[in-house]
Amino acid sequence: MTIAEAGAALATSKISAVELTAAHNDAIAALNPRLNAFITTTPELALSQAKAADARLKAGSAGPLTGIPLAIKDLFCTAGIRTTAGSKILSPFVPPYESTVTQQLLDAGTVFLGKVNLDEFAMGSANITSAYGTVENPWKRNGSDAKLVPGGSSGGSAAAVAARLAMGATGTDTGGSIRQPAAFTGLAGIKPTYGRCSRYGIIAFSSSLDQAGPMARTVEDCAILLQAMAGFDPKDSTSAERALPDFRAATKGGVRGKKIGIPAEYRMDGMSPEILALWEQGIAWLKAEGAEVREISLPHTKYGLPVYYIVAPAEASSNLARYDGVRFGARVDGEDLIDMYERTRAAGFGAEVKRRIMIGTYVLSAGYYDAYYLRAQKIRALILRDFETAFADVDAILTPTAPSAAFGLGEKMDDPVTMYLNDVFTVPASLAGVPAMSVPAGLSAEGLPLGLQVIGKHFDEETVLSVSAALERAAGFSALPTIRAGASA
Amino acid sequence: MSLDTATVRRIAKLARIRVDDAEVATLQTELNAILGYVEQLNEVNVDGVAPLTGGAQMAMRLREDVRTDGEIAEKILANAPDRVDHFFAVPKVVE
Repeated sequence: MTIAEAGAALATSKISAVELTAAHNDAIAALNPRLNAFITTTPELALSQAKAADARLKAGSAGPLTGIPLAIKDLFCTAGIRTTAGSKILSPFVPPYESTVTQQLLDAGTVFLGKVNLDEFAMGSANITSAYGTVENPWKRNGSDAKLVPGGSSGGSAAAVAARLAMGATGTDTGGSIRQPAAFTGLAGIKPTYGRCSRYGIIAFSSSLDQAGPMARTVEDCAILLQAMAGFDPKDSTSAERALPDFRAATKGGVRGKKIGIPAEYRMDGMSPEILALWEQGIAWLKAEGAEVREISLPHTKYGLPVYYIVAPAEASSNLARYDGVRFGARVDGEDLIDMYERTRAAGFGAEVKRRIMIGTYVLSAGYYDAYYLRAQKIRALILRDFETAFADVDAILTPTAPSAAFGLGEKMDDPVTMYLNDVFTVPASLAGVPAMSVPAGLSAEGLPLGLQVIGKHFDEETVLSVSAALERAAGFSALPTIRAGASA
Repeated sequence: MSLDTATVRRIAKLARIRVDDAEVATLQTELNAILGYVEQLNEVNVDGVAPLTGGAQMAMRLREDVRTDGEIAEKILANAPDRVDHFFAVPKVVE
C-alpha cells in the first residue's frame, strides 16, 4: 500500500491510524532484529500519535499525511527522543528541540515509528560506518542469501521503507545519500533544491550541500511528503523564501513537449552495460511519452567527485569541531583540556569520520588552502555553470543514479576512493544545488533494483517530479524485495 | 603532494584527534590515496573564475540583531557531560 492509498483508506475510515501503526510496529518487531534499520523504536509514542491522528480524521481536520507511519533518519533532532547521528560521540544525546522538517511532519499528523540507521554523521555510501551496526538490504541477488548493503548514508531509511517497516522516510542528501540508497532498494527519493527544506535541527555534515528530502515507494508519495517537509524557515539562513508549488499535482504533469538532456560525460569508461542499457531504455520511454531528447555536455562532470571530497570534508572538519566533550555527548577525561578533547574525539569518532575531518583540516590549513580548498570552490563554480548552460536548452536531465546495483557487505571496501566512486553520478547536482530524484526503473540480471536519476533546474522540482512520474509509469516497476513485512521468507 | 608521518601527526593535532603509531601509518596511506585522487583538479584552468562558496542561489539573509529566544539554560545544559550550576564544567585550564 502506498501513502496515497493509505491516505484515502484513512479518510474513508476503511482503516484506522492505530491499526496501520500497530501493523508497522509489529513488522518492525519481527524484522528489525535482522535488518537493523532502526536504531531507536518508539512504538508507544507512535500509537499515541496514531490515536491523535484518528481523532483528527474523525474531526475532519486531517490532511493527506495524517496517520501515516514514517521512519525518521537519526540525523534529525527529535525533542525528547535519543538522536545519535550513527555516532558514539553523541551517546547519550536527547535533543531538547525538534528539527523544522520533523516538526512540520508532526504538524501534518504523521506518526513517527522511530529513528533509522545511517552512516556515521551521514558519511558513507553503504551504511557500514554506523556505530550502531550495518543495515541489511532487504533485496537479495537471485538464488543467493548473501547480505547486500542498502546504500548510504540514508541506508536505514531505505531498508525500512523497502521492507514495508514504514510507509515513507526522511532522508538527507549531501552527495547522493537519498538517491543512491533509493536506487539500491527499489524506492523513489528526491533531493530537493538546496534551500527548499530547512536545515534547522538536522545534524550538520557539509552545510553548503546538506538537504533533507523524502524516500518512499512511489514518486507521488515523495511529492506528498515533500509538500509537508519543505518551506521557508527563518531559523535557517539559507532557507529559500519562496512559495511552494503543488508537488502532488506536478506528478500528473506528463512530459509532452519537454526537452530532456542526455549528458555525454555521464557515459564513463568501464560502465556496466546493464546500466547503459537501462539509461537507453529510459530515453526511449520518455520519447514515447512525447518528450524531446537532446544530447548535452556537462564538461566538468568528472571533477565533481574530487571537488566534493575537498569541499565536504572541509565543511565537516569545521562542523564537527563542536564535538569536544564539553556541551553534549560523550567525554573521555584527560590530563588537561586539550588532552580531554583529543581522547574524547579519538574514542567517539569512527575511522571514516576521522579520515574526513583530517582531510578537511589539511585542505583548510595554512599553505594548502589555495591549492586545495579555493581551487575546489572555483571548479564547483564551473560545475554550476555547466548546469546553467545546459538548462538554457533543456528542462531536465536524465542519467543513471549509481554506477552499479547494490553490492555485498565487504565489497568495495579496499580503500576509501573505491567507495567514493558510488556517488559519481549524484555529486554534481549536489554541488550545483539543483534538485534531483532517483526512480526505480528496472532490475539487474541478478534481480536487484536499478535507478534512473532526473535532474532539474533550481526550484523546479515540479518538472523533476513530472519526468520521474512518467518514467515510473513507463517502467511499471513492481518487483518486491525478498525480506519484507508479510512475506513468508 | 604526499604526506609524511610528521604531517599526519600535525593534522591530527590540529583536528584534536589523538592517534597512536599504528593509526598514523594507516591514515598516511588512506589520506595520500584521497589526496592522490583529488590531484586531477590541477588539470582544470580556473583563471578568472570566482569561487562558489555556498549552495544557495541567493545572498545571505540578514535580520535585526535582537533576541529571539532565551531563558532556556536548563535545556541547553541538559546534555552536558559535566556541569556546575548553570555552567559547563571542564578540566582546569588556568593554573
